[in-house]
Amino acid sequence: MIPKVLISVLLLLLGYAFWTLSVGYAPDTELNRTAAYYAANAESEVGAPNIVTGIIVTWRGLDTLGEVTVLFLTSAIIALVLSQSGGPSGVSGADFLPSGELLTTGARMLVPLIVLFGAYVIMNGHLTPGGGFQGGAILASGVLMALLAEPTRRFGHTAILRIESLSGSFYVLIGLAGMAIAGGFLDNGILPLGQFGTMLSAGAIPLISVLIGLKVGAEFSSILQSLHETEDA
Amino acid sequence: MSQIALTCGFILILAGLYGALTNRDILRMIVAFTVANTGVNIVLVAVGYLPGRTAPILDSAVPVAEAAQRIIDPVPQALVLTAIVIGLGITALMLAYAYRLFRLRHSLDISNFTELKW
Repeated sequence: MIPKVLISVLLLLLGYAFWTLSVGYAPDTELNRTAAYYAANAESEVGAPNIVTGIIVTWRGLDTLGEVTVLFLTSAIIALVLSQSGGPSGVSGADFLPSGELLTTGARMLVPLIVLFGAYVIMNGHLTPGGGFQGGAILASGVLMALLAEPTRRFGHTAILRIESLSGSFYVLIGLAGMAIAGGFLDNGILPLGQFGTMLSAGAIPLISVLIGLKVGAEFSSILQSLHETEDA
Repeated sequence: MSQIALTCGFILILAGLYGALTNRDILRMIVAFTVANTGVNIVLVAVGYLPGRTAPILDSAVPVAEAAQRIIDPVPQALVLTAIVIGLGITALMLAYAYRLFRLRHSLDISNFTELKW
């Protein structure tokens, strides 16, 4: 009884705070200084038409590196937690229900298309909505579909691990190259900016997007795989 | 427009918190947390919206010279992209711990876990 009252009082207070916030809210009429700077210098400094990607990959590239590190930590902790929760032994993956003709055939057709779409989203991250994170998540959804279609299938742990660590190392190396050649850590000016709005432009942004996409895709895949393998633990 | 999105996000936050505090089932709590997480993301994106403007992508519709007058704030969008990815990591972690707890007690009811209760 008392917890119920406490919860409702808490939610009412929070709701009141939110209500005052949203009643007194008036949208800005012009961009603040940071956003205006990003808008004005997107072409000359990073050469990326998609300003959000420009912010994520170049202007605030260090935060993105930190975020990728957080994801790596998450997948490592999940693998650790799930590997220690040893279930009853002697049960193997042999008694899975078959996944069905529809799913198997559908996956055979869709997985290559999903992976292709992921690659497209990654490569066009600086031109259209998208980028490394989104494309990596799409790649991992292809892996998920393959796992669902063939529950007994095992992807190579070592291959995923290699992709993840190699792309992470190259990401840091590109950052260091930015310090040596261009204006600072993760500066995309190590490659020529090129023609604004074309595929191979915006300096190192497409390269970094590919690395982020591979790394995020590998991390999500290893999370999915760890969760998947608990079924037969 | 941003009022509607703001209110929607706030309601989702409240609903998520209510669900997380009242449900006894750990999986339902995890779902409630993701609902609250979505609400926070909606509020953040809504704050960056400016009436009558377009997405922060420079193309033939948004020439570079007028960009500062034509686009919405790109910074909250970049923040929310980060928040979504971290939210996914947190959800996966919670699910992994839930699985661990299930292995331990063969139950996902929070009232079976009394070690930290006071």
